[in-house]
Amino acid sequence: MSADPKGVLTGVHFLDGDHACCEGALAAGCRVVFGYPITPSTEVVERIARRIPTVGGVFVQMEDEIASSIAIQGAAWGGQKVMTVSSGPGISLMMEHIGYAAMTETPCVFINVQRAGPSTGLPTLAAQGDMMQARWGSHGDYEIIAISPNSPQECFELTVHAFNLAERFRVPVMFMMDESVGHMTERVVIPNPEQLKIENRQPPTGPKEEFLAYRPKKNMVPEMAPVGAGYKIHVTGLTHDERGYPVMTPEVQHGLVVRLVDKIRKQRDQICINEEEQIEDAEVVIVAYGITSRVVLRTLQMARDKGLKVGVFRPVVVWPFPEERLRQLAKQVKAFVVPELNLGQVVLEVERIAAGDAKTILVPHAGGGLHDPLQILQVVEEVLR
Amino acid sequence: MSRIEVKIGGFGGQGVILAGMILGRAAALYDSKDATLTQSFGPEARGGSCSAQVVLSKERNLYPCVTRPDVLMVMSQPAYDKFIDEVVPNGLVLYENCLVKPGPLPEGCRAFGLPATKIAEDMGRKMVLNIVMLGFLTSLSGLADVGAMRRAISDSVPPGTQGLNQDAFNRGYEQGKALQDRHDDS
Repeated sequence: MSADPKGVLTGVHFLDGDHACCEGALAAGCRVVFGYPITPSTEVVERIARRIPTVGGVFVQMEDEIASSIAIQGAAWGGQKVMTVSSGPGISLMMEHIGYAAMTETPCVFINVQRAGPSTGLPTLAAQGDMMQARWGSHGDYEIIAISPNSPQECFELTVHAFNLAERFRVPVMFMMDESVGHMTERVVIPNPEQLKIENRQPPTGPKEEFLAYRPKKNMVPEMAPVGAGYKIHVTGLTHDERGYPVMTPEVQHGLVVRLVDKIRKQRDQICINEEEQIEDAEVVIVAYGITSRVVLRTLQMARDKGLKVGVFRPVVVWPFPEERLRQLAKQVKAFVVPELNLGQVVLEVERIAAGDAKTILVPHAGGGLHDPLQILQVVEEVLR
Repeated sequence: MSRIEVKIGGFGGQGVILAGMILGRAAALYDSKDATLTQSFGPEARGGSCSAQVVLSKERNLYPCVTRPDVLMVMSQPAYDKFIDEVVPNGLVLYENCLVKPGPLPEGCRAFGLPATKIAEDMGRKMVLNIVMLGFLTSLSGLADVGAMRRAISDSVPPGTQGLNQDAFNRGYEQGKALQDRHDDS
């Protein structure tokens, strides 16, 4: 269906990534945001606080991140599209509730404008150090979806998409911006409401008395009824049966947790989005995401000017990881070069998938700035020598 | 114009980021160019060192960073000292000359100073010094269309201050134009 016109600021704007993300959320139909402002994500909630009342929504500045991350889930069960917004130190506090959202299959979006860590680190400077935390940060086995935009335009478009995926799969979606993209300002084109594709959670289709809140449909996702509409609903972080009642057996645990994981892993072809540049004849492929995927386009240009056969592979959705495509590429290329604004996170996944078919070389950066494209080129040249 | 890199530097609170925002908005929305603004500042709200980087180009900007500015506009001595060596040979340097004493320049660079603080104070509003400097930049650099800059200023400043800011822009613009004419004559 198309978007609620109220939330869509159609037009051509000059916006930073944080503001574009806010507009994406409103366009997607998000009408409840709870948060505790933190640099470099503050501009998202500043704009939300100003804009959301004008479209019939609500923003509450909560007492902390822990409260924000669970209050949104109450609102989600009340039928709302919801998000919270933070950066590393706040996201660390939210981990318990990200697991809760995964376990209770609560559709929600967590915006993480990454800054350099650990701890409070460098508040105003970029890093990509939270990529593994996004995937593994809460305890137990579960899957989330993580999206990594590289421009303000994508901060708009992919925030809309993040909400769509959260609704379709009933899963927390981690929107992994970074300071550099959040504070980068460019032209942002917001289309007409009818040009935006908006997805909503699947409501119950059967009779009320037969409704089971956690009975999966064909896509492994249960239908979702809002609290108060007359359906029996029970929400718990404990292992639960299809009614939602706690059952403490290995069989129910197996059935539930395997489904929570499989609904993402086995449907990754519906979720993964990749971009490829000049990959056909490439001997070395640079794998980069987020802001680094723009930095490496400069490296690519320099390499091609020198006649080097180099390509770029960019996972736009980082989790689940595009295993199949990368496995194909591993058989075609000599090496993957993986620059990240961290000391080696996504590179581990690339190395695992390459499984010795292609060399995998990390170009680390502890954060606080971006890579020098030349530094990445030097690594590429070394590999090709 | 394939790709032009502009760096604006000063203290937090001087309107450095806003100046970058106006230049970028003028180019991106009203002058059919691609513009990317990035910014650099510390955790302090005011007084710290602060810079705005704008990349302008006819095509889509892929690489967002400014590494060797073609144009440097500075409003504090620390910003001048920090960024001057980054400027490309034959680049353009514009500085606020109540606050900045320029030293040796990179090869072939042209440098122009403007007492923008004094001009702004004479207008009764010291805070428009960034807009005065933008007028100066517009006339001397030819980076942006004047009409586009005027529209971007009106979009970007608080309601009720448009007249004041347009006036500030014009004063900087005229000073720059006079300098340019003198420079061209000599």
